[in-house]
Amino acid sequence: MTPNSTEVVRRSLGRIGSYVFVCVITLFFALPMVWLVLTPFSTSPSYRVPSPSFTLHNFRDVAHNPYALGSLKNSLFLALGTMVLVVVLAALASYALSRVRIPGRDALLYALLLLSSIVTGTATMVPIFVMIYQLNLINTQTGVVLVMTGGLLPAAIFIIKDFMDAMPRSLEESARVFGASPLQILRHVVTPVVRPGLATIAVWAVVNVWGNFLLPYILLQDPGKQPGAVIMFNFYDEGGQPDFGLIAAFSLIYSIPVVVLYLVINKRYGFRFQGGIKG
Amino acid sequence: MRVTRRASAYVIGLVVISVVATGCVGAKKNNADKKRNATAKNVTLVIGSNSIKGGKNTEGAVHTLDYTIPKFEAMEKAKGVNVKVTFQGSGADDEIYKQRLALSLKVGGGPDVFSMDGIWLGEFAQAGYIKPLDQVVGSSVGSWDGWSQISSSIMQNATFGGQRYGIPSGTDGRILYFNKKLFAKAGLPATWQPKSWADIIAAGKALKKLPGITPLQIDAGTAMGEATTTQGFLPLLAGAGQLIYDDKTKKWQGATPAVKNVLSFYQQIYSGGLGDPKLQEDQNGRDQSFAAFSQGKVGVLAESDYLWRSVICPDKSKCNTTAMPDRNQTVGFALIPAMKPGSGVAGQNFVSISGGGDEVINPNTKYPQQAWELMQFMASKASVIAGLAGTAQITERSDVNAEVLKNDPLLSFINTKVLPITRFRPGLAVYSTTITTAIQQATLDVVTGKSVGQAAQTYQQTVEKAVGANAIQTG
Amino acid sequence: MTGVFLVFPALWTVYIGLLRYSLTGVSASAPTFRGIHNYTDALRDPLFRNALKLTIFFVLLSAVIGQSMLGFAIAWRMRRSNAITRSVVQTLVLLAWILPSTVVVFLWQALLSRNDGTLNALLRSGSTDWALSHPLATIVVFNIWRGTAFSMLLFSAALAAVPNSQLETARLVGASGLQQLRDVVFPHIRGHVLTNTLLISLWTFNDFTPYLLTGGGPNHRSETLPVYVYNVALKGGQLGFGSAISLIMLLINLVVALFYLRLLRERRRA
Repeated sequence: MTPNSTEVVRRSLGRIGSYVFVCVITLFFALPMVWLVLTPFSTSPSYRVPSPSFTLHNFRDVAHNPYALGSLKNSLFLALGTMVLVVVLAALASYALSRVRIPGRDALLYALLLLSSIVTGTATMVPIFVMIYQLNLINTQTGVVLVMTGGLLPAAIFIIKDFMDAMPRSLEESARVFGASPLQILRHVVTPVVRPGLATIAVWAVVNVWGNFLLPYILLQDPGKQPGAVIMFNFYDEGGQPDFGLIAAFSLIYSIPVVVLYLVINKRYGFRFQGGIKG
Repeated sequence: MRVTRRASAYVIGLVVISVVATGCVGAKKNNADKKRNATAKNVTLVIGSNSIKGGKNTEGAVHTLDYTIPKFEAMEKAKGVNVKVTFQGSGADDEIYKQRLALSLKVGGGPDVFSMDGIWLGEFAQAGYIKPLDQVVGSSVGSWDGWSQISSSIMQNATFGGQRYGIPSGTDGRILYFNKKLFAKAGLPATWQPKSWADIIAAGKALKKLPGITPLQIDAGTAMGEATTTQGFLPLLAGAGQLIYDDKTKKWQGATPAVKNVLSFYQQIYSGGLGDPKLQEDQNGRDQSFAAFSQGKVGVLAESDYLWRSVICPDKSKCNTTAMPDRNQTVGFALIPAMKPGSGVAGQNFVSISGGGDEVINPNTKYPQQAWELMQFMASKASVIAGLAGTAQITERSDVNAEVLKNDPLLSFINTKVLPITRFRPGLAVYSTTITTAIQQATLDVVTGKSVGQAAQTYQQTVEKAVGANAIQTG
Repeated sequence: MTGVFLVFPALWTVYIGLLRYSLTGVSASAPTFRGIHNYTDALRDPLFRNALKLTIFFVLLSAVIGQSMLGFAIAWRMRRSNAITRSVVQTLVLLAWILPSTVVVFLWQALLSRNDGTLNALLRSGSTDWALSHPLATIVVFNIWRGTAFSMLLFSAALAAVPNSQLETARLVGASGLQQLRDVVFPHIRGHVLTNTLLISLWTFNDFTPYLLTGGGPNHRSETLPVYVYNVALKGGQLGFGSAISLIMLLINLVVALFYLRLLRERRRA
C-alpha cells in the first residue's frame, strides 16, 4: 500500500466517522423529544411512544381544565416581566462595570455570581418568603418577578459584560465628542452593538422563568395566578397516576412559546454568548 | 467611576434597610381578643386545602366551591351578614403544601380555615402556628352538637397534649388486600385471614409458585416515603407489641427486639424472593405497585381503604388506568395479624394504623367567630353527606357513617373491625423530620441486603442523635 | 435590587446556618444557637460526604468532560457542515436546553420508564430500570443532554474567530487534525475554555434537576449536594442544618471560581 492510499483510506474513514458522529448526536438529542411530538395526538397516551393515531381529544381536555389556559397567561406575564427587568438592569450594570476601573470590580461580579447560586437553593426559601411577605408582595406576580430577577441578574451581567468588553471604545469616544450623555451613549451607541447579547439574555431569562416550579408555588397561593409549570403538577388523578393525555398536550403547548421565541431571536440577531475575541 | 460608587452605596444602604426592617418582623399582631369583629357586617374568609378542581382531590375542591361556599354565604345572608368566602386550592405534594402553609402561618398570614394532615398537628402546635380551639374561639366551642358524633378514636387525630385543635375530617385504616383469583390458583382460601406473620409468609411461598407474580408487597425503603412507615413498618411494629413512641415513658423505640423482629420480617420477604426489592427503590414505586395490583400481578398488598376507594374502584372515569371493574369479586381483604396471636400491642391479635385530616382555624384570623361557624357548617351532617357525592368514605361523624358505609363491604369492615383496634402516629416534629426517615432507611438497608442487626444499629444511632439518649428505649 | 433579592437572603441563610432551627416543632418557635456545630455535624455526616463525592463526579463527568467535549466536538464538526445539517443539529441541541424543565422531566421518564420506556424498546433490553440500575450514569447523561448547548454556542463563536489562514498553513505543513487543534486552535480559545468550564461547573454543581429524575435514589446513590439540601431542609425541615450545608457549598464554589480565575490570570500574563 502506498503512503498515498493509506492517506485516502484514513481520510474516508475519518469522513465516515464524522457522519456517524453527526447521526449519533442527532439521535441522542432528538430521542427524548419524540414522545413530546407524538403523544399529545395519541388516543391512548402513556409513557410508551405511541403507534400512529390521531386525535385532538387531549387538547380539548386542556381547554376544559379550569386552570390550564389561564396559567399560560400567568407564565407569559412572569417571563416577560422578568425578561424586561433582567435585560435593562443587566445592560446598565454591565456597561458600568465594563467601562469603569475600580479595584475589586471582578471580585464583586464573581461574588454576586456565587451568591446567585445559593439563592436558588431551597434553604433560602424562608428568608425569601418572609421578605416578600413583609414587602406585601406575597401572592403577587410582582414578587415572583423580583425574586427571579435577583437570582438571574448576576449571570446575565457576566455574559453581557463580555459583549461590552469586546466593543471598540472609539465608537463611544466619538459620540462623547459630539456631546452625548452617558445614557444617550448607552442607548444609541452601545445597545445596537450588543443587541445579540441582549437578545440571548432575554431568551435565557424567559427559559429560566418558564420552567421554574418551587418559587412560584411557594410565593403564589392562588391557583388562578400560578404559571403553567406549577399547574402541570396538578394533572394527576386520585391514585397518583399521571393523566398522560393532559400532560402530553399541555407539555407541547407549554413548549411552543419558548421555541418560537428562540427561533425568532435566532433569525433576527443570532443566538450567541460571546461578544467577540475574548481578551 | 462615580456612578458605580454611588450604586454600591445604594446597594449597601438597601441591605442595611432590609436587615433592619426584617429585624422588626418578630413583633406579631396581638390576637388575644376571641370576640374580635364578631359583629362585623362584612366578612371575608378564605378556605385553604391541598385539593384543586381538575386535579388532586377534585371532588373535595368542587364540594367546597359548589356547596360549602354558596350555602354558607346564603345562610349568613339570611342572618344579615355579608360573608364572602374564597377557596385557595392547591395540587402539590403534601410536603410542599405543608411547607408553604407553615411559612404563611409563621409570618401571620394564611387562610382562615384550612385542612391539614393530622400528623402535622403536634409540630404546628409546638411551633405556635396553631392554637387550641378554646383559645382561638372561646369556650363556646364545647357546645357544638357535632362533637357527640365524633368517636374518641377519631378525635385523637385532632388532639395534641390533651387539647382540641380542630375538627377531624374522616379517617382510614390499614389492612391486607389479596387477589382471590391468584389465591385460588395457589390453592389458598378465598376467605383468607392470617393469624400470624408466619401465615403471611406461608401464603407468599404458595403464591411464589405462580409465574410472573409478586407474592407480597409490604412498602419499604426511602423512595416510598411515609408509605413505608404507615403501610408497613408501624402496623408490623404494633404487631410485635410496641408503638414507635410511648406517651407515658416519653421514649422512642431504638434497636429493641420488636424493631428487630419487624426488620427480620422484611428480610424474610425481600431476600426470600417473596417481594420485589427493585420496586421499593423506584421513585414511583408505590404508584407502580398500585398498577401491578390492579392488573392482578400482586398477591397480597398492605394498604389503606384509600386503595379500595380511589385506586382500584370499578368506575373507569374515576380510577382511570387502575380501575378494577371486577373489584368486589376479585379483591379480598383481611386484618393485619400480630406477629403471633396475642403478641400485638395491648395483647391484641390484630393491629392497624390510622390517619386522617383535620380542619383547623388560623389563630391570626380576623374573624374567629365566623370562621368557627364556617367550620361547624363544613362538619355538619348535611355538608359531610353532600361532600361524599354519593361515594362512600369513613367520615368523622357516626351518624353519617351509619348511613353511607352499609353498602360498602370494605368500609364497613374497617369501620367496625379495624377502627376499634387501630393506633395513630405520634404527631411530633421529630417524628416527621427524623424518625420516619430513619425507619425508611432501616427497611431499605434490609431490602438491599444489610443484616438486621446492622440496620437496627444505624437506625438507633440516627434516632439517638435526634432525641437524645434519655428519650430512647434500647434493646 | 440585586442587593435586596440576593445579598440579603444569602446573609440570612448564613445566620440561620448557626442555629438549631426548623420550620415546625419546638425549634421553630424557639431556635437555639448552635454556633459552628451545624458545620462540624455536616462534615462528619456520611451522607454529606457521599453527596459531596457524587457532586464532584457529577460535575467532572457531565460538565467538565461531557458538556465541554461534546459541545466543542459539535462546534468543530459543524464548521464543515452544510447549512441544513448545521441548523438541524444546532436547533435540536438548543431545544434540549430551552424546553421547560417540568416538560423535560416527563420526556426523560418516558425515555427511561421500566415497562414502557423508549430506550428499552429500542435496545430490546426488557424491563431494565435505568434510573435504578445506573443512577449516576443516568443523571450524567441527562445533564449532558440538557446543557451541551451552552458549550456548543460558546465554542462556535470562539472557533469563528480562529483565523482560517493559520489553519490553512498548518494543514499545508502536514499537521494532523489533533496537531491542528493543539497548536493552532487551542491557543486562540483558551480563554473561552476557561470561562465555559467555570460557568458550567458552577451551574452543574448547583443543579437541582437530577432530583426530578431520580429523587436522589436509589439509597442516596444519585443524591448530589443540592438534592441533599432539599431533602434535609424541605423534607426533613432542618433549616439550620440545610443552611449550613448551603454555605459550605458556596465556599466550594468560591474555591472552584478562584482556581479558574488564577488560571485565567496566568494566561493573561503569559
